[in-house]
Amino acid sequence: MSENKKNRILICSGTSGVSAGCGKVRSRFEEELRNRGIESDWEIVSVGDRGLFRDVLVDIMDSRGRVSYEYVSPEDVSGIAESHLVGGGLFNERLAGDDYKNFFEKQTRIVLSNCGEIDPDKIDEYIERQGYAALKKALDSSPEEVIEEIKDSGLRGRGGAGFLAGLKWEFTRNASGSEKYVVCNADEGDPGAFMDRSILEGDPHSVIEGMAIAGYAAGAGEGFIYCRAEYPLAIKKLKKAISLAEKEGFLGDNILSSGFSFRLNIKEGAGAFVCGEETALLASIEGRRGMPVPRPPFPAVEGLWGKPTLINNVETLANVRHIILNGAKWFSSMGSGDSKGTKVFALAGKVKNTGLVEVPMGTTLRDLIFGPGGGMAERKSEFKGVQIGGPSGGCLPEDLLDTSIDYESLNATGAIMGSGGMIVMDTGSCMVDIAKFFLDFTVAESCGKCVPCRVGLKRMQEVVELITYGKGTDSHIDFLRDMGNTIKNTALCGLGNTAPSPVLTTLRYFDDEYRAHIDRRSCPSLVCIDLLNFEVNEELCKKCGKCLPVCPSDAISWRKKEFARIDKDKCIKCRACIVECPFKAIE
Amino acid sequence: MCENCASSPSGKIFSEKDNSEVSKLIEKYRSKKGFLIPLLQDIQSVFGYVPQEACGMVARELDIYPSEIYGILTFYSQFYMEPRGKHIIRVCQGTACHVMGGREILEFLSDELGIEDGESTDDGMFFLERVACLGCCGMAPVVMIDEDFHGRCSIGNLRKLVEEYRSKD
Ligand SMILES: Cc1cc2nc3c(=O)[nH]c(=O)nc-3n(C[C@H](O)[C@H](O)[C@H](O)COP(=O)(O)O)c2cc1C
Ligand code: SF4
Ligand code: SF4
Ligand code: SF4
Ligand code: FES
Ligand code: FES
Repeated sequence: MSENKKNRILICSGTSGVSAGCGKVRSRFEEELRNRGIESDWEIVSVGDRGLFRDVLVDIMDSRGRVSYEYVSPEDVSGIAESHLVGGGLFNERLAGDDYKNFFEKQTRIVLSNCGEIDPDKIDEYIERQGYAALKKALDSSPEEVIEEIKDSGLRGRGGAGFLAGLKWEFTRNASGSEKYVVCNADEGDPGAFMDRSILEGDPHSVIEGMAIAGYAAGAGEGFIYCRAEYPLAIKKLKKAISLAEKEGFLGDNILSSGFSFRLNIKEGAGAFVCGEETALLASIEGRRGMPVPRPPFPAVEGLWGKPTLINNVETLANVRHIILNGAKWFSSMGSGDSKGTKVFALAGKVKNTGLVEVPMGTTLRDLIFGPGGGMAERKSEFKGVQIGGPSGGCLPEDLLDTSIDYESLNATGAIMGSGGMIVMDTGSCMVDIAKFFLDFTVAESCGKCVPCRVGLKRMQEVVELITYGKGTDSHIDFLRDMGNTIKNTALCGLGNTAPSPVLTTLRYFDDEYRAHIDRRSCPSLVCIDLLNFEVNEELCKKCGKCLPVCPSDAISWRKKEFARIDKDKCIKCRACIVECPFKAIE
Repeated sequence: MCENCASSPSGKIFSEKDNSEVSKLIEKYRSKKGFLIPLLQDIQSVFGYVPQEACGMVARELDIYPSEIYGILTFYSQFYMEPRGKHIIRVCQGTACHVMGGREILEFLSDELGIEDGESTDDGMFFLERVACLGCCGMAPVVMIDEDFHGRCSIGNLRKLVEEYRSKD
């Protein structure tokens, strides 16, 4: 082949790719190229996750254009090499289908525009896509002009609270003191969220560039990225990216001869959800226990080591370069009301296409879940609710699916925008159980500093537990409402303030499920095991035998044309048969 | 001093070499800002946990109260104060995995191995730990054993997997 630019084979190699074995796929490609003597024609690129969990995703770019393959396993590689790389045809078995196209075409990818497209370890690839051009442009303007631009864009914090980014930058700039810091919050504690991780793994320079611009605007000379220790790959990519940026003079002293100097450090978290809260995060960087303190003073005035500190979330910072390059007007033309730009969601659960979805603010939940999400995972499953915002958020029912994704509309439902976790649930999920799940999480993660959160949440957890055991009473419901509202209003930090939301929203929208547990001692979704008998209902059983092979302890007996039976002495209550039975015959 | 921070050996003898490793790390961080957590993280990456002896040395050398060190070790879930089993089993308890049956998986492993979250088996083979979102929710429920991910787990295939690990060593 004669083009000076090589043909490219992109292999999705973020955490999701790694989990699916992208390393083996890559080495199989290397082998094939070598064996066929075509190594010099092709470049294999390990890109960050493109964000659709159909790993391993492989894209091939050559003079014929770009072709996507999904679910590629090492065994498929020789077939792809044979038919596509040398044969000039396609490898039909793994060609990405309509779901794949649908997933990407229905998104507006700005923050994610580089994820899955470039090698995060090669700064040139980032620069080719206008990388660090925004930093240059910012350094040619005054810090005040940069702040104005960010303010005009209407960019709000993507870490949960949605505070206007430009305003925070201005507060930090105007705070007295010459030593200031910028901190990137990469703690991503919501146990169902992975957008920040994918951005850090797939496009680390966009965050670094955002931080450098923020540093220039706020008047800070040093920055910290506080990253969860559970994200080893993201930390590795960041370290590499920082050292490359230093070499190229985008970080360090006298950046691009502007006189502005900025150094960047990484701090690894040590496993505490509360450290995502900004004051706790600062305490943790200082090497102490991550316990929140009351605000004011806000970090913008008194932060790290008592110095003015600007704290922004990963996605917030990744938006900055696009705003500087394309202008505030362009940015604010996307979105609705007071919510501008796009938002990335980590879509998972019982939805067909799980992964990262970026849509303009103002999109409805329905358009997201049934658009890029592709609707429910299986034909038999029926939508029940969607959980947004993780432990601080809420569960919304079907009739709120037309809610627009913006800060105000989501707040009005009792859920929140949150950081972007979005879990779709079908009739197989019990809302009381989900409320309990999040309470278990927040109780375990409460730092214990203030009473409403430390003691109040624990009491709520005990009561919800009683309900799932079939020991609930009417007064429990009132107790949960009262206690929930009290904690909301009195806890010291955001963890406690929002922790009752999963309970309060399920009480509000799925009251009938609580009633079933209390009045009928039954769990309609067949989840709460203390309310299940593990018996086959012969009126419902269609004698299909599907339950037989899934039982891990040989507790089920079934023969053709006979009802299935469960031997209770052998049953370990794993629920595998309940999930499997197409006719809900096991109860 | 309470026994948590006292410098009594925790089973393994703390050798001269161990001593000098810790001293080296202490020197590396001595004059740095916010050094305590990264220092303890580095110590843990050498030993696989933070030995009591090392805590004692850090406290003495850097003039910190042992209680402050203990406070940090117990606050953050990533610190371990005892050696862990040879194979680390991480069971995802993130939201997506929960919805797809992650709790049953954890309960099964806990029964099968006879240990709770955060414990190691008596034979030193396995350490069991719950974690929040391993970042591949599309494959929920997910279990990670050492560096290997196992997606769409069922009790049946985990039982086989545990057997494989047992017979391998
Ligand atoms: C308990 C708790 C956990 C939080 N976790 C995170 C997190 O993981 N990532 C994040 O960016 N913000 C998190 N926040 C929000 C931060 O406190 C802070 O508002 C945010 O980092 C500010 O950045 P932004 O304005 O760019 O959103 C959390 C807040 C609370 C109360
Ligand atoms: S609300 Fe909870 S996490 Fe926050 S300070 Fe109080 S006890 Fe700690
Ligand atoms: S619950 Fe599990 S153990 Fe019991 S019968 Fe069903 S599949 Fe078998
Ligand atoms: S899967 Fe359900 S319907 Fe089929 S045999 Fe088992 S209990 Fe009966
Ligand atoms: S010395 Fe350990 S708590 Fe007092
Ligand atoms: S919730 Fe288990 S991998 Fe995300």
